[in-house]
Amino acid sequence: MSASLRLRAAIVSIALFAVFIGIWHIATRQTAAVGNMSPEYAKLMGVTATQGKSAMPGPLDVGAKLWEHLKRPFYDNGPNDKGLGIQLGYSIARVGLGYLIAVLVAIPLGFLIGMSPLMSKALDPFIQVLKPISPLAWMPLALYTIKDSSISAIFVIFICSVWPMLLNTAFGVASVRKEWINVARTLEVGTIRRAFTVILPAAAPTILTGMRISIGIAWLVIVAAEMLVGGTGIGYFVWNEWNNLSITNVIIAILTIGVVGMLLDQILARFARMVTFPE
Amino acid sequence: MTDKFISIEGIAKRYPGADGGTTAVFENFWLSMSRGEFGCVIGHSGCGKTTVLNILAGLDEPSEGAVIVDGQAIEGTSLDRAVIFQSHALLPWRTVLGNVAYAVTSKWRNWDRAKVKAHAQTFIDLVGLTGSEHKRPSELSGGMKQRVGIARALSITPKIMLMDEPFSALDALTRGTLQDEVRRICLETGQTAFMITHDVDEAIYLADKIFLMTNGPGAVLAEVVENPLPKDRGRIDLHRHPYYYALRNHIVDFLVSRSKIFVAENPGHDPRHVPVVRPGLNEPAIVAPPRPVDVNSAQAIAR
Repeated sequence: MSASLRLRAAIVSIALFAVFIGIWHIATRQTAAVGNMSPEYAKLMGVTATQGKSAMPGPLDVGAKLWEHLKRPFYDNGPNDKGLGIQLGYSIARVGLGYLIAVLVAIPLGFLIGMSPLMSKALDPFIQVLKPISPLAWMPLALYTIKDSSISAIFVIFICSVWPMLLNTAFGVASVRKEWINVARTLEVGTIRRAFTVILPAAAPTILTGMRISIGIAWLVIVAAEMLVGGTGIGYFVWNEWNNLSITNVIIAILTIGVVGMLLDQILARFARMVTFPE
Repeated sequence: MTDKFISIEGIAKRYPGADGGTTAVFENFWLSMSRGEFGCVIGHSGCGKTTVLNILAGLDEPSEGAVIVDGQAIEGTSLDRAVIFQSHALLPWRTVLGNVAYAVTSKWRNWDRAKVKAHAQTFIDLVGLTGSEHKRPSELSGGMKQRVGIARALSITPKIMLMDEPFSALDALTRGTLQDEVRRICLETGQTAFMITHDVDEAIYLADKIFLMTNGPGAVLAEVVENPLPKDRGRIDLHRHPYYYALRNHIVDFLVSRSKIFVAENPGHDPRHVPVVRPGLNEPAIVAPPRPVDVNSAQAIAR
């Protein structure tokens, strides 16, 4: 039953994909009227003007270009021409570093907030104000104080991924079942051991949910941040290819951003499954 | 036999009331038990039974008074007083062995792995869970979960076992089996046990002393009922003992009617010297004849 459902769903997915590709192909195939122009002038113009070809690439163009990228993902021809793999590598490294720092800050702080009603109340106004700030709004301040665009991008990742983790950790820690705490208390388990042996495993599924939300947000934000700071990364690549008027590369970048985002989410989902316990 | 192994001395528990005042669940509450005794508290919901147990466990603090166990005033929780929770409270991410071993390592911090495992295994065997060591709580039935709870409590070899309606969530058959187990273990090990229950038959089967509490708020310990049934009583012929119905009726009468009116009817009740009764053959002495049914009013209700 479940296997057949999966099979049917796969068939529908493939059909939808085929329809999408088909429409895309037909939509970009048509040619517009070409005006008469001198050959000298035509040399200066692109194929859109000279052959009436649509500026929007078709699926075949994108596929061919993608294959080219996949064959040579790590080439480096100077600052404005690097392989897709290198650009993605920069972005993933920034996200990874900013996210890691956020984990190191958010989880201990979340424990503190979750375990201490005083700290929870005291820090609440700060969190409430800081949380809704768009991470990119921090960028000028970060650039001014840090004076390094790459570290500023990492800071922006840190600031955007810290909140979901912080709030989920605090919530998970605060809502650990009273009876489990009582078990630890009757066994005279000390605070530190209690935090690691009861509260951490009990709150882990909630913490991982926060971490999963965070990695999604971080990956959303890195593209925008790299468009601003420039230099390297997949966000910069998108903007650079837009300036090159290479819609094909822009589409390829969009596609890879989606795939990498999905992979990051799946990795966190796997971790979440590892710490989830049935009741 | 008159030594007070557990002595609850004049404890009170008050909560802030809605109108700025305080509501006392109970005031000036005294209770004592000897070593090796099995005590059961019976009373209606809201009389503060669980609060008494939590104070005894150290999970809750009395607003006033003290609890002395084995000659020492208790302060907070202790490994000397193990609690079996109503909801079993197993850690779901640990196996059966892991749950028991957690208690063992909490008591003996410097034991090596093998010693902890062997010790935990002894108690898993004791409650009849051999072969299920590596299952997780979610894979166990309600009765088996509670067995793990019992094994965990026993594994730290406590001075007192505290049980808060441990079997109330189980079906009758499982409850019976677990009562047998608890009784066997307590008799074999001479364990002192304090249990809260709603079940009169459970109290009669297990307890040496049954503590009857009146309704809260302002609950008092009305009577201490000594169990007149022989120590070697069995579940099968319990109800055939001549004293059984005397005892049972005494307790049921208390729960049905006396628990509501006891405080009003006994203004001179001294909470420090609670009457001890031992229901015998001539109890219940007076059974009020059934009231004739008023046909008119019954019809009025039917209409």
